[in-house]
Amino acid sequence: MNLNDIIEISEGEVLTPELSTDVNIHGGYCADLMSDVLASSRPRAVLITGLTNPQVVRTAQIAEFRAIIFIRGKVPQPETVDIAIQENIPLISSPMGMFELTGKLHDAGLKSYEGNVPTN
Amino acid sequence: MSQQTRQPTEQEKFGRHRPVTDRDAQEINRVEELSYDLKIREVMTSKLYTAAPDMPLPKVLEIMRTNRISGVPVVQDRKMIGIFSIEDIVRALEKNDFATTVSQYMTRDVVTVAEYESIVKAIQTFTESRLGRLPVVNKDGELVGMITKGDITRGILIALQRDYKEEELRRYRASHLFEDIISDRTTLVLRYNIKAGDFTHGGNASSHIKRALLRLGADAQLARRCGIAAYEAEMNLIIHTLNGGILKLEVEPHKITLSTTDDGPGIPDIERVLQPGYSTATDKVREMGFGAGMGLVNIKRCVDKMELESTVGKGTKLTMRISVPSESLNGKRE
Repeated sequence: MNLNDIIEISEGEVLTPELSTDVNIHGGYCADLMSDVLASSRPRAVLITGLTNPQVVRTAQIAEFRAIIFIRGKVPQPETVDIAIQENIPLISSPMGMFELTGKLHDAGLKSYEGNVPTN
Repeated sequence: MSQQTRQPTEQEKFGRHRPVTDRDAQEINRVEELSYDLKIREVMTSKLYTAAPDMPLPKVLEIMRTNRISGVPVVQDRKMIGIFSIEDIVRALEKNDFATTVSQYMTRDVVTVAEYESIVKAIQTFTESRLGRLPVVNKDGELVGMITKGDITRGILIALQRDYKEEELRRYRASHLFEDIISDRTTLVLRYNIKAGDFTHGGNASSHIKRALLRLGADAQLARRCGIAAYEAEMNLIIHTLNGGILKLEVEPHKITLSTTDDGPGIPDIERVLQPGYSTATDKVREMGFGAGMGLVNIKRCVDKMELESTVGKGTKLTMRISVPSESLNGKRE
């Protein structure tokens, strides 16, 4: 699914207008625990989270996410946005809660990208 | 007869909307990935033969015959208003009505795809519509190209070939580093100083490590495993140490060693910190999404061997070893 479609469904506001949102997103993943993100997500997905600190972007970068959506209209601190621009990970703020947003994206055909990190 | 009693296929049973399960998602291969990554505009044919609505039928027929195509989009003021295909000619023939114009027989209800969509969308549309070619429009609805299944196959093959070349180049680079430098044992060492409590830069070193490994020709999976292990270890230094520590990456042709060392406070009970969920993190750290007591567990899953040594009052050393299959870092294929 194109990130632009996801932005539309999530009624999201793009927090990184510098970055292109013409990005293909292969699946979705939700978590507020960064260790969960590292342990059980798969590359090329969108991360849906309630956390807004710079670590979220770092974690997303290490775990190879293509975009991040902050729920309930949260807006991150400027450092978070700076790292996101540097790492080319678009940030979006959606007014919806995690359950609602995830449900809508899943209905629209976005797959779950939950999965263990393959260990050989 | 066996043909009549056969099981219905999944598509017949569930229609086009068979739910995609997580298990299906696990089995995504490179071709499927490409069908998400490649855009329609990258594979479509932009050389177009079009017809105008007031064009006489024999003229369209001529266009179709000389260019060996079975359908022509009908365009007016750059907008696509219909498509004229062999079936439409047949209908005109049946009525022996050849002295008329395209607009009389063209199909007005046209299925199109947008140029900015991924080719997976085109594949779905082909399956649903059972058409052989689809007009491609831009966001203003103007016709910009045509796409056939052949275009998709060609696009995927070209992309696979590009992948293959990149892979070859990566291996060449990696093999150079370790093959041109002659020694009994060559090791590349990268050291990063990690400050205690420096959450703002937390993860920087790990992302450099991951990039370095990719540069050296590590495959994506290996780089990801090392990146995750390094990141968890780096966050441990930031969260738990008194004065920070050192994160070190050592790369050898057949193995990678990641390690962290610090000078305190040290771990009183190693058995306990290795238990999933055990954590001494503060609320502040937890609010940042860390400190769930899963860091070491995660590391253990990503590496082949993990060793943790610690003395209270002196410090902690965490060593993570990952063996590298010869084809995923070193260019040698003996």
